[in-house]
Amino acid sequence: MIRAAEVSVGDVLPPLALRITRADLVRYAGASGDFNPIHWNQRFAEQVGLPGVIAHGMLTMGMAVRVVTEWAGDPGAVVEYGVRFGRPVPVPDDDEGALVEATGKVTKVLDDGTFKVNVTASFEGRSVLGGAFARVRLP
Amino acid sequence: MPLDQSFVGRVYPPSPPYEVGREKIREFADAVGETSAVHRDPEAARAAGYKDVIAPPTFAVIVSLKANDVLVEDPELGLDYSRVVHGDQSFTYARPIAAGDRLVVELHVDSITTRMGNDMLGLRAEIGTDEGEHVCTARCTLVVRGEDA
Repeated sequence: MIRAAEVSVGDVLPPLALRITRADLVRYAGASGDFNPIHWNQRFAEQVGLPGVIAHGMLTMGMAVRVVTEWAGDPGAVVEYGVRFGRPVPVPDDDEGALVEATGKVTKVLDDGTFKVNVTASFEGRSVLGGAFARVRLP
Repeated sequence: MPLDQSFVGRVYPPSPPYEVGREKIREFADAVGETSAVHRDPEAARAAGYKDVIAPPTFAVIVSLKANDVLVEDPELGLDYSRVVHGDQSFTYARPIAAGDRLVVELHVDSITTRMGNDMLGLRAEIGTDEGEHVCTARCTLVVRGEDA
């Protein structure tokens, strides 16, 4: 696990390339209990005006924070995590799925000694999570 | 039709306890691709200072989504769920959720505002154990798309 003394404002976290396939959407639906058909039913998604099946915003949120948890070395170090949901991530019906790229950067040391890490997630070069940040407590 | 402002400040009584299981944590960790042993191996979790395997940072959505259902299904509010979009979400943890926790959720309606024809519903789920220990605050904004939006 990384220690507070090893971290400075401006540090860039190792980025992650996250692949999301239809199988991942089904798995996440079951794990989270979010069975909204826009995340698994092409016909329904198109009926409500979407380009097709889209990823759960919460799945993108849950995957993107791995930039922080894998860097910190202890997922329990994340004491706060928040995002705004931006444009949707369409997930095609093929083996490639959608590729979301996630990055993180240490932006601040807060008064309570926790570190603020700004997180980005983008699909085809455009942001899909706005204002995403985590607050991390390190030993 | 705009949502009834008198719902602001409303608190829904705590849900029946949700018991956090090791296998549910493993399943959720697999679903978001978290590979850490602290989600899977009780010994590894204890070595890291936790009482049992801990949940990934967004696990609390399972109980906060359930809590939102109470509001979404409240006939008095009359929300059209087919028009609802998740606008934002945050989690603030006093400690990680761990296997064996019996979680109860109290749902607060913090705000109802209108922006560009859309109703914005600010909700806060206070998540704690059935023994009264505070664990997590989950905040979200639900956006109800207006008829013309």
